[in-house]
Parts: sequence; C-alpha cells; structure tokens
Amino acid sequence: MRILVVGGGTAGTIVANNLARRLAAETRAGKVRLTMLSASDRHMYQPGLLYVAFGQMTPDQLYRDQASLLEPSIDFHVDPVKQFMLDKNQVRTESGKVHEYDILVIATGSRMVPEETPGMNEGAEFFYTEASAVKMFKRLREFQGGRVAVAVGVPHKCPIAPIEVMFALDDYFKARGIRDKVQLKYYYPIGRIHTIENVATWAKPEFDRLGIEYETLFNIKEVDAKNKILKSEEDIDVEYDLLIVIPQHRGMEVVERDNLGEGGWIPTDRYSLAMKGHDNVYVVGDTTNLPVSKTGSAAHFQAETLSENIASIIKIGAPVKDYDGKVYCFIEAGHERATYAMFNYLNPPDLKPPSKPMHWFKLSYNQMYWTSVRGLL
Amino acid sequence: MSEIRIIDARDTFCPGPLMELISYMKRASVGDEFELLSTDKGSINDIPEWIKKVGHEMLSSEQVEGVWHIKVRKAK
Repeated sequence: MRILVVGGGTAGTIVANNLARRLAAETRAGKVRLTMLSASDRHMYQPGLLYVAFGQMTPDQLYRDQASLLEPSIDFHVDPVKQFMLDKNQVRTESGKVHEYDILVIATGSRMVPEETPGMNEGAEFFYTEASAVKMFKRLREFQGGRVAVAVGVPHKCPIAPIEVMFALDDYFKARGIRDKVQLKYYYPIGRIHTIENVATWAKPEFDRLGIEYETLFNIKEVDAKNKILKSEEDIDVEYDLLIVIPQHRGMEVVERDNLGEGGWIPTDRYSLAMKGHDNVYVVGDTTNLPVSKTGSAAHFQAETLSENIASIIKIGAPVKDYDGKVYCFIEAGHERATYAMFNYLNPPDLKPPSKPMHWFKLSYNQMYWTSVRGLL
Repeated sequence: MSEIRIIDARDTFCPGPLMELISYMKRASVGDEFELLSTDKGSINDIPEWIKKVGHEMLSSEQVEGVWHIKVRKAK
C-alpha cells in the first residue's frame, strides 16, 4: 500500500507522522510505504508572523528543518508536485519524477494573492509572509501618527487575525506613547465586526472601550497607493496614512491548473475529507473547499481524523470516525490577555473573558506547536 | 444565462454564509447566479443588505425544511 502525502505544512506533517506511528508494524513488514513531497526543506510556524510584524519575534524563531519533524520511516522529498494525474493514480514532480500511489493526501495549503487587488502591493502592509511581516514592522516603527486603516480581503487564512491585529496595534502605539496621535479604524466585509457572531458580540465593546472605530459591509476593491485612498466594492473611499490589509487568498496554482478546484480549493466531503468523485484521494487543511476556517487548528483536527481513518481502512477495511468541523482558535486580546474560540459544524463558540493565563498558554503553544506537528500532542 | 451554482454554507460558523458568498462572487463573472444554502437565520437579513449595498441582484429567498435558499446574481 503506497500512501503519498503532498504538502509539508501543518496538515500534511501531522497526517504523515500520525500514519507512520499507527502503521509502524505494516511499514516494517514492507506492506505500507509512506512518502511525503513538499515544496520546502523548512517548516514555518505561520501564526508567529503576527508577532514578527510587531517586533515580538524574529523570523528565525518561526522555522524548523522539515526532516527533523518527521518520523524516520517517512520517505521525504523536497520536490513539489507539478501535475496531478488522478486518473492514473500518479503525480509528476518539479524534478520530473512520477510517484504512484494507492492513497493520496493533498495538503498543499493556501497563499495570499495581494497582486490580484490593484495597488495593494504598492500601497498596503501585510504580514502573511516573512518578508511582508518584517516590512510591516519597519513601517510601524517609522509611523509617527495619523489614520491607520485595517481592511480584510475574502477569503483569508486565520479569520481571527483581523481582530488580533487591532488589539496589537492599540498595544503597540500605547507602548510607544503615541496612541493619542493615531486613529485606528477597522473595515470588515460583512455586517458585523467578525464573521462568528459570538466573537463579534465580545469584540465590539472591546473596540469601543479602546477607541477603535469600525465600518462593516466593506470589501476591498482597489488601493490608490499614490493618493493613499482605499476603495471598496460598495463604492466607499477611505483616506489613510497607513494601510494594513489581510490579503485575499487562493489555493495553490497546481490545484487550479489541473482543474481540481475553483480558486485552488478542492471539493471535499465535509465528514470523510475525501475529494468528491475520488475514493482514494483525501484533502486536508486550507486546500479543502469546506466552509471551515482556514487555520492550523482546523488542519490539525482534520489531519488527526484523516490519519486515524486511513490507518483503520488499511487495518480493518473501513474508516472509524467523521470530521465534525472542530476548530480551536486562540484570540490575543491585547494587554497580555487572550481568550479562545472553540466550535464545530453544529456548536458555536462560547467565549470566555480574556485572561493573562490564556495569553501565557498561547505563548507556550508557540513552542508546543513543534510537538503538535510531530503528531505527539 | 449561466447555470445557477450551489454554495453549501449550511452548518458553518466560520467563515459563515455571507463570507462564503462574497468569496464566490469575487471570482464570478457579471451575470453569474448562485443559490446559497444557509442554516443561519441571520442570512435572511445580512445577505440582502450586502447585495443591495454593493449593487448585485437578489433573485429570491425561501426556507425549505429549515434551510434558507437564497438566489443572487452578480450585477457588476
């Protein structure tokens, strides 16, 4: 049985490690072979980018060697897939090699695409890559006051990030003693300040208390970088001195090029995580088209479910559980406090008041992640 | 006229039905039609509000066995 995992991010790494342990005996006996193909020899802890953007972490703290995170039995190659040939149960890689599989797991993730919004690269700061997070921090350091606009593209990875950025900006400018010279205003696509109603209900009075202004039903159309004007699909123009955006995202190019899914998001069964129309292909993490948050947390819980199912399919011929839509997101709430949102398909989150211990837990998790991605936590 | 496309946003809290609709509408062409399925009672208010504000077109909405079926057309 040849299992091929494409993608070495959170979801792919947890699936591969979990399978390697569950199928250790079968692997030793030569009945199972587990291969991972990734685009990089390094693994990034992506939530750390928000800390980099505020000078609280340096980029080198975000990385580990991918090989060091994997069980030794996993056959790991830095050789990204250039072509999916699902009708032949094969993929072709950048090096030209063809890998055959019996079971394929696609975990290629997502990417920001600021270039799809006119003027965004020239006129806005963002933090979804190492380079852009460092650039944003340098821009923040130089900023001496004025109008800061924060706007949100759709769809985007880490739906809690827009709220966290506002609290972090408030903290940052207070620490520099210039908060009274900064107007903070938040622009959000739908009719409340967060897509999760309970998060919006909690965050709105927090914004009011901190003097953070907001406008809803605002979708980014373009940025006039020369005149520092942000324009919305709803025909609203906003003048700014510093613009920070959550750029819209897409799945990976190879997914779109091979017509696996519109926008790079692959049609996926919300319970089994099987690619629709393909019994031996599974999709996890950001790559799915599921109406679920694109976060490391969702990727983690999907990966645990999927690896348990694949192992049981091999051992007893049937999967044993469904993915229930579980997501657990920390929410950094400013002033060294944090809370969390835990929910699934059927049960909304019940937010607790932010606390310092939860913030400390989040800081601890920034290190515990490396245990988590090894499939141990 | 293009074929109406289904967006299944039942039982989702995040990103939620309206965010899902916006995501699809951004990639669509003028004239494309969508039928959004939602179990969120808020959808019956916030989706028409956004459609009107942005200048797209509401076609219909009805509730069938606890699921809202909201049809819209991209107009610009």
